[in-house]
Amino acid sequence: MNSLVQTPKTSARAAESTPHSLHPKVVAKDVNVYYGDKHALHDVTIDIPEKAVMAFIGPSGCGKSTFLRCINRMNDTISIARVTGDILIDDQHIYDPKLDVVQLRARVGMVFQKPNPFPKSIFENVAYGPRIHGLARSKTDLEEIVTASLQRAGLWNEVKDRLNEAGTGLSGGQQQRLCIARAIAVSPEVILMDEPCSALDPIATARVEELIDELRQNFTIIIVTHSMQQAARVSQNTAFFHLGILVETGPTDQIFTTPRDKRTQDYITGRFG
Amino acid sequence: MTSFYLVALAVLTVAAFLAARGRAGALGASGRLHSLPTYHGLLAASAVVLPMMLVLAVYGATAPSFVQSQAIAALPGDPLGDDALARATRMREIANAVANPAGATPETLAAAERYRAAQAMADWALLIVGIGLGGLGAAWMVRKVGPHFRARNGFERVVIGVLIACALVAILTTVGIVFSVLFETLRFFTKYSWLDFLTGLQWSPQTAIREDQVGQSGAFGAVPLFVGTTLIMLIAMLIAAPVGLFSAIYMAEYASPRLRGIAKPVLEILAGVPTVVFGFFAALTVAPAIRSLGLTLGLDVASESALAAGVVMGIMIIPFVSSLSDDVINAVPQSLRDGSYGMGATKSETIKKVVLPAALPGIVSAMMLAVSRAVGETMIVVMAAGLTANLTFNPLEAVTTVTVQIKTLLVGDQEFDSAKTLSAFALGFVLFFFTLILNVVALRIVKRYREQYD
Amino acid sequence: MTDVVLPGARTVARPSEEAARALVRRRYRTEARFRAYGLGAILFAALAVVVLVADIVSKALPAFTVSELVLPVEASPEALDVAPAADAAALAGANFVAPIRQTLLGYYPEVRDQRRLRSQLYGLLSSDAGMGLRRALTADPAALGSTLTVPALLSDDADLFYKGYVTEVTTERTNGIGTPSGVSGTVTVFSAANDFANELVAIKNALAGRARELTRQREDFAERLATLQPALESARQAAAAVPDDAGLAGIAAKLDSDRTSLDGTIAGLDAQIADLQQRAQGAGTSEVIDAQVPSVLVAINGGVVKATEVHNDRIVGETLVPLQSAADAAPGTWEVLRYDRPEAARKLSDQEVTWLRGLEARGLVSQRLNWMFLTSGDSREAELAGILGALVGSALTMLVTLAICLPVGVAAAIYLEEFAPKNRWTEIIEVNINNLAAVPSIVFGLLGLAVFLNFFGMPRSAPLVGGCVLALLVMPTIIIASRAALKAVPPSIREGALGVGASHQQAVFHHVLPLAMPGVLTGTIIGMAHALGETAPLLLIGMVAFIVDVPTGVTQAATVLPVQIFLWSDLPEIGFQAKTSAAIIVLLLFLFLMNGIAILLRKRFERRW
Repeated sequence: MNSLVQTPKTSARAAESTPHSLHPKVVAKDVNVYYGDKHALHDVTIDIPEKAVMAFIGPSGCGKSTFLRCINRMNDTISIARVTGDILIDDQHIYDPKLDVVQLRARVGMVFQKPNPFPKSIFENVAYGPRIHGLARSKTDLEEIVTASLQRAGLWNEVKDRLNEAGTGLSGGQQQRLCIARAIAVSPEVILMDEPCSALDPIATARVEELIDELRQNFTIIIVTHSMQQAARVSQNTAFFHLGILVETGPTDQIFTTPRDKRTQDYITGRFG
Repeated sequence: MTSFYLVALAVLTVAAFLAARGRAGALGASGRLHSLPTYHGLLAASAVVLPMMLVLAVYGATAPSFVQSQAIAALPGDPLGDDALARATRMREIANAVANPAGATPETLAAAERYRAAQAMADWALLIVGIGLGGLGAAWMVRKVGPHFRARNGFERVVIGVLIACALVAILTTVGIVFSVLFETLRFFTKYSWLDFLTGLQWSPQTAIREDQVGQSGAFGAVPLFVGTTLIMLIAMLIAAPVGLFSAIYMAEYASPRLRGIAKPVLEILAGVPTVVFGFFAALTVAPAIRSLGLTLGLDVASESALAAGVVMGIMIIPFVSSLSDDVINAVPQSLRDGSYGMGATKSETIKKVVLPAALPGIVSAMMLAVSRAVGETMIVVMAAGLTANLTFNPLEAVTTVTVQIKTLLVGDQEFDSAKTLSAFALGFVLFFFTLILNVVALRIVKRYREQYD
Repeated sequence: MTDVVLPGARTVARPSEEAARALVRRRYRTEARFRAYGLGAILFAALAVVVLVADIVSKALPAFTVSELVLPVEASPEALDVAPAADAAALAGANFVAPIRQTLLGYYPEVRDQRRLRSQLYGLLSSDAGMGLRRALTADPAALGSTLTVPALLSDDADLFYKGYVTEVTTERTNGIGTPSGVSGTVTVFSAANDFANELVAIKNALAGRARELTRQREDFAERLATLQPALESARQAAAAVPDDAGLAGIAAKLDSDRTSLDGTIAGLDAQIADLQQRAQGAGTSEVIDAQVPSVLVAINGGVVKATEVHNDRIVGETLVPLQSAADAAPGTWEVLRYDRPEAARKLSDQEVTWLRGLEARGLVSQRLNWMFLTSGDSREAELAGILGALVGSALTMLVTLAICLPVGVAAAIYLEEFAPKNRWTEIIEVNINNLAAVPSIVFGLLGLAVFLNFFGMPRSAPLVGGCVLALLVMPTIIIASRAALKAVPPSIREGALGVGASHQQAVFHHVLPLAMPGVLTGTIIGMAHALGETAPLLLIGMVAFIVDVPTGVTQAATVLPVQIFLWSDLPEIGFQAKTSAAIIVLLLFLFLMNGIAILLRKRFERRW
């Protein structure tokens, strides 16, 4: 089946399924981020609904990736970054000092811009998360998890005969799907995707987008993207960031058809970006 | 004579430079030149310097032996048939007679006369050939000066030639090392079986000075040396490998910038300390300390125990291991770490399961380079390890190493043809090729590893 | 799309809350442990640096100062062995030590006629003790015949005594009246208040300690005997089995004689131990003093008596310095002394220590900064040895090294980085340079010995050869650093120069090389620092000779600083041990200076393109 042909259909489906924002999974209140002296994100307040795809769009340097990395505290790895404000997942403050960042990240998985499989076998790549989090009681369990994850990531048929080969030997699109499989292997509640298709060719992109749409049934997905088309295709809700400010958020069809803010309109119509 | 020659060289060079530049400058005033006058001058100058230096090199390499053979041939009897030692003694006598004829025998005086004549002949040959060639070169280049003459291109070819020659020095050094150890080693193996050398268990290099001396036959079984070297190397690596690796990990992954700012210079200090200082520390502080510690524990520790030398050598190698490991750990892309953190792995899990496996080839090669360093280290073992070849793996006993024996056999009075002296070169040969193989393999692994993440 | 994603795909069962928390706790413990290993490793390295530096500095302390006597010396022409009113030239051959010895003898006239004691007294002076007098007279020849106050250098051992390295001296106040029986020779000193009881206890303690030490030795010997016994048995059996083999019989005989001598040694030790134990434990009120126990002395009436026998109320001994009178001494005006280290375990006898204490009491001894350490060459006498020769040797060697390896190394780097075609040959050169950087330094020594000395016949021990060898040794470092510096210059610079019509060489030599120069120099300094600390290859080309004169040219025999350190470290005297440490400090200072300059250079010229 040709993936390119399927694209409009996916987007149509995304538009149909409107019952979003039933229950906010992630809630952010007045989030500010500073990199040293630089104020990178100003007072971001947003609700992100459960089991739906939320897209963050905006020109480069607008703070959308920064905000994304706040949600699983990946900014902790940057020593000069400082975050204020509240982010809650299921009403739990994630910047609560008592909260364990390791457990948080098990609940909030992440897929990165560039595919970054570990230099190990495909099996080991996917098994890594379940192993460190103690999710598998036996080897059979582990195999089952790996198989299921690869199946859900749509990679199983391509790799089932070479699970012991290096993950770095796959093609770019396959590597990214491997990273997604790796992320879902620990059954996170939320999956963060930081421009997951920017390093992929159109065909691989289409497959990942399809995958995102399927994963929506079980996971809350937040995706940062440069491409408005992609946002339109895969997301139910969209947030537009500009110069570190969350300008507008709402259902995707509304943002793309009747934006409330002038800046959103300018961006969508391609005045800047 | 050489200094006079060098003065002539300098004068001729400057003269050729000025003449060619002047001529080109005069031409340039009337029309357009292909090359700047300075290039004409430089080309003419190099036409003097290169041939004259070549002649001087030939003179330096051949004249002394020519003069000596002439002088010795003037002696009665069959002096050329004598052994090297007797010849050297004769030569000293002749040289003394040249400087101070009083009290020399008539034969020696005659030889001294020949010596002086041969020396004069060689000197004149140097002057005439050298200055002649230099003058010819200068004249040729000055004559060639003209508007279309490509002096710059010519000079640049000379420069490239010089640069290539300099790059070849590195090759020549290797060739020199290989040949100097190889020749002497082959000579050694004509006197002593190579199989016995590599597999013999008895090392006592003292050879009999007189025929009738007892018990001084000389045995060159190098296994005890190899074992001793290995033992000390293992002790050193036992310290340097974990400490170096862990400090590299800590510095790369955990340390705050402030701690790094302190720890890095500390390791650099350790890396900059000369090995002779470590040797002193090992021999005068660590060895007695280990010995007295052993006494209180009821252990009999040799005063030159392998342990003392190995521990200090390990300390010496720590910065080496840590800086090489630091390089390879930092070469692991951040995206891999992010991937692991993103799944909720702790730092140590990320390091153990992602960073270290990814950096493994680099770390293995760092360890290999460290081993090669430990095996080739000389001063610490010379000062703190023993001289007698014990075949033991007990770290509390004194052992000796390959480098210690090379140093012991070659320092002090020596005759160049004895098996004792030659055996040092055979040891050097083993040492050189062992470390060479380690280095080649290690550098190759590192190179491939770098390419993987570039 | 062939993969079918099952809508109800199995979701992973999370472990129970309790189990998850336990797992996380365990994971964090592992984390903390791992982190501790890392910190421990760094602390270990730091500790090693601290211990190393502290050890060397503490060992070097005695070398920083030197003790000398400042004496009024009568510079009479007779004593100096020159004509009256001699000029500066004639004074050069004078015997400058003689007048100083005369002065010293003036303080202890009783040894004038005793050859052995006299030469012991003179031995307190350095062999170059006349240096101060020579300086004074050379500066002012007219002072000949007058009395001058000049410094006289003391011997190494005397110097160490004043620095506290020879023995502790314990002084005890007295409570009773002291009564000497005479003024010289064998003298008994009585105390009215058992002033010697403490000494008796100290000596008994020392005897007990010595008994313990001998017991340990005896055990060692016994152990050796135990291991010898079976060897002897088997050797005997072997010899008996092959009666004609002289070799086997010889071995058996040798082992047998070893056993006999060990037996003897052990029996001797047993007797000694028994004797010592008996003396130590016995309630006897007197003890004989020998060289194995601390010395006890009495300073009374201006003289010193060395005890050979101690009782609670009196000592019997020989005078080391005659008493001025045999009168009673009031309590507190006389002292009991103890030299804690036994005489046999130190280099200075009781007599010498007593003299040195006397000179100190007269206020003649002073300590000054040992600038001679930096201004004189090597010597067999620790108090005279300096590092100037080694410093100059190092400087000459470094000069040769720099003159060779900087131009050649930079030229090679330029060729390889800028001009070399990428083919197999240049790859071989590259691999070769990288390997050369890791070849053990002693192998370069073999190269120097075989090629420079034996093949080219260059002079042994000369900085010229040392410099050549070190140049080859550090060349790879400089080539690698220079290539990195050249590579760091962005191509835009090169292209800019080429764009205005410069030739490739002009672009390189006019633009790229000047910009790369700070990096090249940094690499060169680091390479030179490496060369400055290198020892092993220089040993093989004979730079280990004992050389007193400061070298003046690159073909003269010389030594270098690290080799000097190696040579001194082999000498047993504490004085040389201190000199070794001081020389190490000088070497380290030079190295830190060079590395500091390299770091500054890197910081100063660090450029972000």
